[in-house]
Amino acid sequence: MRKAVTGLRAWLVQRVSAVYMLLVIVFFLLHFVIDPPHSYPAWHAWMMNPSVSVISGVFFAALLAHAWVGLRDVIMDYIHPVAVRVCAFALLGVGLAATGIWIMQILWMEHGSVI
Amino acid sequence: MHIRDKAASKRRRPVFFNLMQLQMPVGAMTSITHRVTGVLLALGVPFSIYLLDLSLQGPQSYVQVTGLFDKLAFRGAAIVFVWALAHHLLAGIRHLLSDVDIGSQLPAARRSAWIVNVGGIAVALLTAGALL
Repeated sequence: MRKAVTGLRAWLVQRVSAVYMLLVIVFFLLHFVIDPPHSYPAWHAWMMNPSVSVISGVFFAALLAHAWVGLRDVIMDYIHPVAVRVCAFALLGVGLAATGIWIMQILWMEHGSVI
Repeated sequence: MHIRDKAASKRRRPVFFNLMQLQMPVGAMTSITHRVTGVLLALGVPFSIYLLDLSLQGPQSYVQVTGLFDKLAFRGAAIVFVWALAHHLLAGIRHLLSDVDIGSQLPAARRSAWIVNVGGIAVALLTAGALL
């Protein structure tokens, strides 16, 4: 029962994150087609716009969740010895967590330097 | 008893996993490529974030990032990345549609699988046309 519920949650995470990322990618593409930032100040100002920063932050959170579910499935399909599998999960988890901290640093620190 | 029968038949079952000789239906190509592009994109994430970081740090590092597009190898990598993203997105949309039971019948599923495979390559070619 519990397993079935975790499976459903992973399924849902994968889809919700996918739809959100799809919308953001369309939004970014449209921006780059209609009004491409041609200089550093324009690019920096656009990225540091609070709404764009929040949209990007949530985008990367969705990306990390999506990558976790997807790569977890790949690991489960191809790596069978339990010890190796647990190591792979741990490695993936640490890698994704580090990536998350890195992204927060980029978005936060840049804001700090502006203020 | 039943389980033992199953185990015995499993032992006797012939295994043929030569992927080069198996004839994969178009949907299988879409599916395995969805997985391969997913892994590829995940590997590209740290590199992309590094470039994002660099592009925001200052005017000099911003020019460094835009200057990367002068290198042929970087443009080639960008085209592969765009292909992977396009295929993964299209295959994902196909997945979402079949979740709500659109195109789950075999002929429609075959057609959409072709659209995804060809669509991903078409987007990559358009990108190549713009970059090269």
